[in-house]
Amino acid sequence: MTPARASVARPRPSIPATENPKVVRLGSLPLGDVEGLRRDVIDRCKEGARLVALFVPPRATELVAVVARDDCADIAIQRAALAGPSYPALSSELPAAQAFEREILEVHGVRPEGHPWLKPLRRHDAHPFFQVDGPGIHEVAVGPVHAGIIEPGHFRFQCAGEKVLHLEIQLGYQHRGVERLMLSSSPARRIAIAEAIAGDTTIGHAIAHAAAVEALGAGELPLHAQAVRAVALELERLANHVGDLGALCNDVGYLPGASWLGRLRGEMLNALLVLSGNRFGRGLIRVGGVRFDLDSGQKRELAARLAEVERDLDAIVELVLDTPSVASRFEGTGVVSREIAEALGLVGPVARASGCDRDVRRDHPAGLYRFAQVPVAVTESGDVMARALVRALEIKRSLEFVHDQLREQPEGPARSRQLALEPTPARPDRLVVSLVEGWRGEIAHVAMTDADGAIAAYQIVDPSLHNWLGLAMALRDGEISDFPLCNKSFNLSYAGHDL
Amino acid sequence: MKSALVARLRQGHRTLDYPAGKVELPSRFRGMPALDASRCPEGCGVCTRACPTGAIGQPLRIDLGKCLFCPACAGACPEQAISFGRDHRLAVRERADLSVGAGDGPRLARALDLEATRLFGRSLKLRQVSAGGCGACEAELVALGNVVFDLGRFGVQFVASPRHADGLVVTGPVSQNMRSALLETFDAIPAPRIVIAVGACALSGGPFAGSAVCEGGVPPEIPVDLFVPGCPPHPLTVLDGLLRLLGRI
Ligand code: SF4
Repeated sequence: MTPARASVARPRPSIPATENPKVVRLGSLPLGDVEGLRRDVIDRCKEGARLVALFVPPRATELVAVVARDDCADIAIQRAALAGPSYPALSSELPAAQAFEREILEVHGVRPEGHPWLKPLRRHDAHPFFQVDGPGIHEVAVGPVHAGIIEPGHFRFQCAGEKVLHLEIQLGYQHRGVERLMLSSSPARRIAIAEAIAGDTTIGHAIAHAAAVEALGAGELPLHAQAVRAVALELERLANHVGDLGALCNDVGYLPGASWLGRLRGEMLNALLVLSGNRFGRGLIRVGGVRFDLDSGQKRELAARLAEVERDLDAIVELVLDTPSVASRFEGTGVVSREIAEALGLVGPVARASGCDRDVRRDHPAGLYRFAQVPVAVTESGDVMARALVRALEIKRSLEFVHDQLREQPEGPARSRQLALEPTPARPDRLVVSLVEGWRGEIAHVAMTDADGAIAAYQIVDPSLHNWLGLAMALRDGEISDFPLCNKSFNLSYAGHDL
Repeated sequence: MKSALVARLRQGHRTLDYPAGKVELPSRFRGMPALDASRCPEGCGVCTRACPTGAIGQPLRIDLGKCLFCPACAGACPEQAISFGRDHRLAVRERADLSVGAGDGPRLARALDLEATRLFGRSLKLRQVSAGGCGACEAELVALGNVVFDLGRFGVQFVASPRHADGLVVTGPVSQNMRSALLETFDAIPAPRIVIAVGACALSGGPFAGSAVCEGGVPPEIPVDLFVPGCPPHPLTVLDGLLRLLGRI
């Protein structure tokens, strides 16, 4: 791997402002009119901000927008009263709003007028697929049940010969009613649900949920618990990125890379097992802290395991990316331009591979990331190679970060360190936005409390919600046979999208 | 090419010596629980209230079909009446066998009958359907195919079509949107066929039990032959259940 292929990301300001999680009193957010909200959100996004979330809370009387400015750590929240059963869609000028507005119609029956593609997001009714007509045009339908062990989704291709003119992705098969369950469940059940929003992002979603609830209660987490959380989040990133590189090898027929990286992914999961007793870290993150400590024995074992993995990993990743048969399949395949990535509001490694310099860990640091930085990896070419390279760089940097944390955490008996804070009840009439850079990109949990401090609205945005349309665009004018490779290079969550 | 060979040599042989060898899982791994009801103070029920999924009944009993091994109960109990051991052998043949009381040990899965073990014992092809699964159980099933667990050496393989399969592996709480695809897949598998339900969601709905848009696990139309608890189960828990089912352990 030649580092020269990756450019240097924007440095972080020396003293980061911390507005994540951001809590505001609902009373300080006056209900404006929808037209004003619409203009403001669109204008902000034209000036470099991003749409984080757009939703209608359960009583369907208002529209809430969350917009982030990454270069000044700003999270802006806006509310507008809904006057009737419809409102002027944002998507007509802001494509990044498309999935949010389809959800609003599907869940609340509130119609975003002027939305270019009002197909339900998760419900399967008779809404037709987009079709291309003409001589020699044919259609390929795949799924929902796929060959192999993978979640269900339906892919509909419009092709001219091998060339993909259009790919439509229909999801919703995994819909479990997560957001409604969050409202009706006990606090103990909520964190268990958060851990299972997307299985491979157990830690990411659990931290986003826990941080949101802690912020509603005005609690400041013990520093040591923050360190354990950050180590777990990076181990989760490592497991998934390593696994993804292996899966990419598999899809171009480079089986040695696939089998070696497949094993090393398992070693990362085993590191989480050492820390938490579960290969996905289930049971580790609790509201108010963490359930398990990194004691000195654990730290030594983790450090030794990671050092061994690191030695193998470096050699293998370099070998994979320098193998001509791999490089020739990765390079130039599934290109997503920076313009498209910006317009769709893509997040995570997929966005960074298309030159979008964004990473919640640097831009909106929370927890330990306020004190310890992970350098952001950005490349420009937007192809499968770029998405592989960003992962390879992030693997290196996460390993360094975990090693640093294992070294820096003070030795001492576990019991002397505080792992959790006393629970404080949520404050009434508040709105909280909690962002986490999961391995796939930005995870957002937005919650609102009512006058009694009960959770009255809970909105979850998995990075997959932003990124699925990016995959469809990566395929446009490409070869249909490149679909598995492109799909792997995105590796999005069905369950996280479907909720 | 040379570097590829060097890398291959460094890999060595990584496959677990299983089931012949002894496996040692890390100390925090949570397997078979041990319950000591004699410690329970009169009318306590702290664990029942702490449990996210309603898996604990009184007198002290855990339904492993609902349990996420989280372990809120063990932490909440003032008398240390609940602890989770390191025994990964949790898969059973009957749903009722998942109910664990004080003093109970693992109820290891029985083998299929002689005719079925003759048919499937050395070659079992499985079709996997994720019906609302979060991806964790699915990932552990994929992991069974890696060089460490190497499921293929037992003649067990996941196949791409139900027509090629001898059995079905279900994960997830069975979302309404996947219900018909799941039933159709089951129907497409030629008899005799076996069904394996993997993970708390497939067994009971797991954290999604009670959702208006889920079935709460494998629907009654599909008879289950092997129940594998966990959230997600460790790959060895799945492997142990499979090999016992086939009469290979
Ligand atoms: S470990 Fe199982 S029984 Fe105990 S609290 Fe968690 S889910 Fe309930």
